[in-house]
Amino acid sequence: MLLDSPRHSAVVRITHWIATLSFLGLLVSGIAILLAHPRFYWGETGTVGMPSLIDLPLPFVLAGQTGWGRYLHFLSAWVCVLTGLLYGLSGLLTRHFRKTFLSASSAYNVLQRLTYMGVVFVLFPLMIWTGLAMSPAITSVLPGLVEAFGGRQSARTIHFVIAVLLVLFLIVHISMVYRAGFRSRVGAMIRTTHEQPILTP
Amino acid sequence: MSNLFSRRKLITTGLATAAGASGLAAAARLADRYGLIPPDHGGIYGVGETLTYASQRLLMSHHSLAREFDRSHISKVFPVNGDAPLDETYQRLLAGGFAEWRLRVDGLVARPSVFSLAELQGFPSRSQITNQACEEGWSFIAEWTGVPLSYILNLAGVLPRAKYVVLFPFDEYWDSLDMPEALHPQTLLAYAMNGQELPTPHGAPLRLRVPRQLGYKSIKYLGRISVTDTLKDVGEGLGSRSPEVGYSWYAGI
Repeated sequence: MLLDSPRHSAVVRITHWIATLSFLGLLVSGIAILLAHPRFYWGETGTVGMPSLIDLPLPFVLAGQTGWGRYLHFLSAWVCVLTGLLYGLSGLLTRHFRKTFLSASSAYNVLQRLTYMGVVFVLFPLMIWTGLAMSPAITSVLPGLVEAFGGRQSARTIHFVIAVLLVLFLIVHISMVYRAGFRSRVGAMIRTTHEQPILTP
Repeated sequence: MSNLFSRRKLITTGLATAAGASGLAAAARLADRYGLIPPDHGGIYGVGETLTYASQRLLMSHHSLAREFDRSHISKVFPVNGDAPLDETYQRLLAGGFAEWRLRVDGLVARPSVFSLAELQGFPSRSQITNQACEEGWSFIAEWTGVPLSYILNLAGVLPRAKYVVLFPFDEYWDSLDMPEALHPQTLLAYAMNGQELPTPHGAPLRLRVPRQLGYKSIKYLGRISVTDTLKDVGEGLGSRSPEVGYSWYAGI
């Protein structure tokens, strides 16, 4: 099958790999933070001894030991957000979004386009929103950020659920890249241009 | 043509790099002057930490108020991390019902002072029902009553060159606040919780409450407050005990 090989612009290729790195940083540090208290609640408050919503079968092993996880989480979050802003601005200005996500002649099918749009425009913004909603400093300025979710613990729970969805996306994303030809697809995200359209099985 | 193009590219890249570098240097100088650089700005995580602290400081008008709740929101469970200090002096003061306990205020103040618990309780008080959120993820809501730190600082007369207020407890978890946080109306020296005397595990006889930051910033078992213009000579110079054990000095998120 001869596929129309997507030619990714420099901005797309660079932001893709920086985002990959920062996502891994967020994931590893997020798991570390989770292991300080692997239990979720709804509403404003929640702690051991209060009714919980999700009890993960994980030990509370990293309580009081996740300082590095928090440092890494916020450093990665900054890298991810700034990279995302660059990607978003460039996507709007160069019409990359319109061509890739909205055009009928896109290289991707409807389901793929919907998924990518959901990840870029729904899941990532919600992740940032719920993350900021857990900041007592930010919510002193913008209390609506946390009130919209009905409280700090609700925001934390949604933050976790979206993290799970993003990991699922990552798994599907990697398996589809694998099915479409791992070398050629990864190559397309690294090299400048293809001289020839790629023949994939 | 391609030569010309790459030369032009080289020149633009060079110019952009130079502009970027001098821009960064100027930004660093400005940030330092306006107190936007946290004491634990070094190391690999320092960049993220500085971005977080600087952006949140800029975003918060210095008096934005942490969310407060009504009495119906007060939790039924009030967990604590850590134990009361084993320190001999503390144990003796505790046994004596804190009658002998004193809060010492010194450093860059016009009038170094000493206050008894009864004196603190006699000052104008503030009660607030706020969220105590642990960095681990759990949180509870309680009512705290105490004297605003700003009231004590005004009594002692903070000198103009002061930049930080360092708080020393009877355990090892000393901490410090920048002046905007120290003078913030919700920053309390709390001696009561839910209308009762502060329970020992919650920091008796006096604890800090900084509701715009996470729980670990609200240190317990206070004994001394010192105003300073530098944190370099306190502990390891990182601003509090937290960075010495791996946690950030600023706990706004």
